[in-house]
Amino acid sequence: MLKTYDFTRLLLLSVLLWVCPPLQAEQQSATLTQAVPLFQAASFDKTREAVDLLAVSGDAEAVPYLQALLDGQLYQHKAQGTLVIAKDGNTGDELRKIPTNNSLRKYVRAAVGQLSLSHPDAVVRLKSANGLLETVTPEMAAQLRGLLDKETDSAVKEALSLGLAMADLNAADKAVRLTAIESLAGNLHPGVRNRLTTMTTDSDTEVAKAAQEALRSIEDTAALYGHVETLFFGLSLGSVLVLAAIGLAITFGVMGVINMAHGELIMLGAYTTYIVQQLMPHAIDYSLFVAVPAAFIVSGAMGILIERTVIRHLYGRPLETLLATFGISLILQQLVRTVISPQNVPVSNPSWMSGSLEINSVLSLTYNRLYIVLFCLLVFALLYFVLRNTNLGLQVRAVSQNRAMARAMGVRSARVDALTFGLGSGIAGVAGVALSQLTNVGPNLGQSYIIDSFMVVVFGGVGNLWGTLVAGLSLGVVNKVLEPWAGAVLAKILVLVFIILFIQKRPRGLFPQKGRAAGD
Amino acid sequence: MFITRILQNDRGGQIMLAVLALVLVLVPVLNLLVPEGNFLHMPTYLVTLLGKYLTYALLAVAVDLVWGYLGILSLGHGAFFALGGYAMGMYLMRQIGDRGVYGNANLPDFMVFLNWKELPWFWQGFDMFWFAMLMVLLVPGLLAFVFGWLAFRSRVTGVYLSIITQALTYALLLAFFRNEMGFGGNNGLTDFKDILGFSLQSDNTRMTLFVLSGLALAGGYLLCRYIINSKLGRIVVAIRDAESRTRFVGYRVEHYKVWVFTVSAMLAGVAGALYVPQVGIINPGEFSPLNSIEIVIWVAIGGRATLYGAVLGAILVNYAKTVFTGLMPESWIFMLGALFVLVTLYLPQGLAGLVQQFQAKGWLQRRAAA
Repeated sequence: MLKTYDFTRLLLLSVLLWVCPPLQAEQQSATLTQAVPLFQAASFDKTREAVDLLAVSGDAEAVPYLQALLDGQLYQHKAQGTLVIAKDGNTGDELRKIPTNNSLRKYVRAAVGQLSLSHPDAVVRLKSANGLLETVTPEMAAQLRGLLDKETDSAVKEALSLGLAMADLNAADKAVRLTAIESLAGNLHPGVRNRLTTMTTDSDTEVAKAAQEALRSIEDTAALYGHVETLFFGLSLGSVLVLAAIGLAITFGVMGVINMAHGELIMLGAYTTYIVQQLMPHAIDYSLFVAVPAAFIVSGAMGILIERTVIRHLYGRPLETLLATFGISLILQQLVRTVISPQNVPVSNPSWMSGSLEINSVLSLTYNRLYIVLFCLLVFALLYFVLRNTNLGLQVRAVSQNRAMARAMGVRSARVDALTFGLGSGIAGVAGVALSQLTNVGPNLGQSYIIDSFMVVVFGGVGNLWGTLVAGLSLGVVNKVLEPWAGAVLAKILVLVFIILFIQKRPRGLFPQKGRAAGD
Repeated sequence: MFITRILQNDRGGQIMLAVLALVLVLVPVLNLLVPEGNFLHMPTYLVTLLGKYLTYALLAVAVDLVWGYLGILSLGHGAFFALGGYAMGMYLMRQIGDRGVYGNANLPDFMVFLNWKELPWFWQGFDMFWFAMLMVLLVPGLLAFVFGWLAFRSRVTGVYLSIITQALTYALLLAFFRNEMGFGGNNGLTDFKDILGFSLQSDNTRMTLFVLSGLALAGGYLLCRYIINSKLGRIVVAIRDAESRTRFVGYRVEHYKVWVFTVSAMLAGVAGALYVPQVGIINPGEFSPLNSIEIVIWVAIGGRATLYGAVLGAILVNYAKTVFTGLMPESWIFMLGALFVLVTLYLPQGLAGLVQQFQAKGWLQRRAAA
């Protein structure tokens, strides 16, 4: 009975062990064995000595033990003296927890950092170097200099020299402090800024002044990167606007058809993404590659259907087209509400879209925005290519410039109309896929973009794809620049008012069509 | 007589006004004189509902004036309607006095809630009825004047104009949603108590408002008809049909357009001012582009460029809306959407046009028989 009890205990213990369970003393490395009696003394000072011993040894194997000590998970076997890591407090009578206090913990943390600096993996080294930055003591500095000389990875090197410079800030020698301050100027690490701020009140006026100057240069750099970030946000918002508007640039700009259901075609694209993801729940990462062509087909087909059944009868009557397509937009919205759900549906982001690209500690670009910008440019380039270099594009331009002449040359204008409208609608669907990654997908998704899209097209100049691109991106940037001091809603209003006034001044947009094509 | 001269050759208008007069007499009789419980008795909520329809009809007449006769498809008339409504709402807000939840005689409840200390400048004067009524006309009128002056002077026409009118009402929608604007933000203005000392809950006040709405509709109709019959009206129609030609003949096209657009906006403002006390609330939702575009469909269904068609369309569509949103809420949007499509495709002249077609046919047959 007793035996089984012991057996289960042992089993439990080995399950609780963290890394590979080094239960036996002979498996532990020499330095660890050396440290054992010091730990056994059960005094903070002795433990500190033990930590010192481990830190200086440079033995990477000691890291998990020190980490466990930090987390309060390091135990010592009472009888054998072996060190044991147990994740759970339930360890029985044979084990004694090694006590720590705050000052010891700080000490251990530095030791862990120092040890990890000799880790073979550069990523681990960089992480520990960054962790050390603000805690480099003069004693450690000497060792760090040695490591710095041996270091090959540039990022780790940079982090190490930053840590050393931070350590130099505490140096007694004024000249050393001054050079350290100088080398830190323009560095964006938040710790540097805090440290320098405390140094502006340094007893030595020269040092204080140097610190102030360094701080100023840091703030300038930060502000510069802040502007870059605003620009990036603006460009990503602009890309969304361009994506939403570019389909409209074809149907409205090239064909002259007012399609108020354009927003709903975008919405259909977003819902297609949702349905694709429902159909392939285990391959979300690849779902977008399926959703883009699927959305193009769904929205494109819907567009052709609308063109053939309604818009075809209304060519030359733009106001009536506006009303009829508005009716279609209501029907499509309600259809989605009735068939799918009046609530928003969840669309998940593929894993490669999450996370961000860190340029430095102030500026990081989120991947989803980055991809939206790239995607927008890609769609634009494709569309431009189709209109410029394909047979369909040639016919589209011919029909839009002079329908009668194009027909006389043998262009089947009705077919071209349907295909052009399908193309514009399909692009709207593709935009919907992109939007589904940024905003909530619901029946009203399209409605919120329709006015913006029209504004972009009208602002850029009707019938001009480049105009749409420039207008969309610049409106996005202007919006984001205004936002900090005007608030999101007011910024939007200001942009609307600006466009209204702009159209008064230049009714044909930024890049008006010239020559015969402009006649109406 | 003046009115008969205006209504010469306007058979539809004569019928419409006659029916309106009948309704304005009959409804008070059925509501006030027929005792409750009698099956002829008309409940007050129905009177208010009718009153609401009448204000919509006035709004539709205003839209028809610019769309039917001036050729401007305004997708922003809801904004003028809502501005008139807000002016009235502000007066009604001030009338609440210290009877609000917070009992502050100087500030409306929502301002107390937002921790405002004093009345903003643009609320000054709204405790006077005459001033508020002036604003009902002036605010939409001024906005329409400035907007129209800018737009027409730079010759923005057609679809572009439609889209920027839509952007205008959209911008106002966003603006009025903001609490900082001082118009009650999301919730708008509500909890009204009385108007000129008469309780808004009493049957008599509601009846008065109903009758006033009817009179305003009749007045608005006659005004529009008068404008159209006048020499100015002829020029307006000429502008609609051939703008460049009219300009080359020597007329200052912009001036005519701005003038008619402003009048129409003021009428819409009056409609809004009558709408708010009957409905009891005004909120930014009235600025939504969907509302403005719905007005256009009332006119399209009734028949453009007839005025009485607009009245007919507004009342029919809204009656249908009341019935169907009550019976099958989901189906109404489908029906509205289908109405947009079907009317533009198959009924370009609206119901009034249909009647005229039948009349023309009958006339031709009679000619053939003779």
